[in-house]
Formats: sequence, structure tokens, C-alpha cells
Amino acid sequence: MVNRIVVGAHYGLKDWIIQRGTAIIMAVYTVIFLAVIGAVGPDSFEAWRGIFANGFMKFMTFLFFLSLFYHAWIGIRDIWMDYAKPDGLRLLLMIATAAVLVGYAGWAVQILWRM
Amino acid sequence: MAEIAIKKKRPKNLDLLSIRLPLPGILSIIHRISGAVLFLLLPVLLWLFQSSLASPESFATFKSVVGHPLIKLILLGLIWLYMHHFCAGIRYLLLDLHKGIDLESARLSSWIVFGVSIAMTLIIGAKVLW
Repeated sequence: MVNRIVVGAHYGLKDWIIQRGTAIIMAVYTVIFLAVIGAVGPDSFEAWRGIFANGFMKFMTFLFFLSLFYHAWIGIRDIWMDYAKPDGLRLLLMIATAAVLVGYAGWAVQILWRM
Repeated sequence: MAEIAIKKKRPKNLDLLSIRLPLPGILSIIHRISGAVLFLLLPVLLWLFQSSLASPESFATFKSVVGHPLIKLILLGLIWLYMHHFCAGIRYLLLDLHKGIDLESARLSSWIVFGVSIAMTLIIGAKVLW
């Protein structure tokens, strides 16, 4: 008989849902992006920049980046939990992963709003 | 008696070279590897995106970098990794909803993931890279 007490903590349910929610956002963005590229066929700098100067695409692209970084955090953390067994090493890799992803989010803001 | 049955040693084979994964297993490990590779290349991809948008000069640099035949080949590979992760991810979302969880459907949907992701890679490569 299994006596597992499942109250108090959520045992990763939140991450499980976020992993899927961010996946859906990115999948929708991928379809929108491919449709826009197909319709505009940007072959010049002005045409390419024009896509991301548009308010809707800028918003969606930023949402895509945030989803990507959160999605990557959960996925890469899962990889460290599977293969990096010593606690110290695992903690180090997780902190490094979180740090670069937070940095990338700042970088993405800069790319989109300083272009 | 039940306890003895549970404690009985079961055969274990973790020799990676002798394991023959079924197709959904191959799909699964490529899903993980593609995610890891795309994560590791994020700084390069963000740099490329930045170059393409920052100024006409950086756009010219971007054009010359992605115009190199070897880079084009690498980008085609990355597009495939992205498309595989995308298609396999949609399959997993459907499995989460208990769609296609019997063996036959799971095998069929794996074939579809490989077929669709490779086809989309070739179409995007033909339209954008060449």
C-alpha cells in the first residue's frame, strides 16, 4: 500500500502547466510568424524591420521570447535533474541556467525596443 | 510472499549501444536533444536577430553571415531541430489530452511528426535560405 501524502506542496504541477502554456504561445507565434514572412516576403532591411516595428508583432515577439525563456528554464532544469547527480553541481548548473535566461530576457527587450 | 516477488531482481540493460529504441523513443530523445541544442545556441541566435534589426550596416553583416554556404547548412539543421521540437511538442500536448495513446496511434503519430517536420524544414529552407 502506498501512503503518499499529497497536500501542502504541488509536486511540480505549476511547472507542468507553464511548460505547456508557454509551448502553446510559442506554437501560435510560430504559425503567425511563418504566415507574416510568407505574406511580406521581406528581402530588404526596411521590410524586415517593418515587421517588428508593428506594435502587434512587437508585442507577440516579446511574448514569444518570454515564453521561450521560461519554457527553456523548465526543460533545461529537468535535464540537470536527470543527469547532474551531485547536489552542488546540479545547483550550480541550475543557477547558471536561470542567470543566462534572465539576461537573455533583458537582451530581447533591448533588441526589440532599441531597433 | 508478495514482498518477495517485488524484491526479485529484474534484468536491466543500460548499454546505450545495444538498446534499439522504438520510433516514439527516438522522437523523444531528439525532442530533448533539440531543446538542449537550441538552448545552448540562444546567444548566437539572439546575436543574429539583433544584427538583422539594429542598423542597415549590421543587417549587411547579418546577410553575409547567413549567406555563407556552411552557415546555411547549419541553419537548415537548426530549422529542423526547431520543427521537430514543434511537431513532437504538439504530439505530446495531444497525448496529454489522451488523444492517440494506444500503441498503433502512437507509432503512426511519430511517423507523422518525422514526415511533417522534415517537409516543413525543406519548404522553409527552400523559401528563406536558398
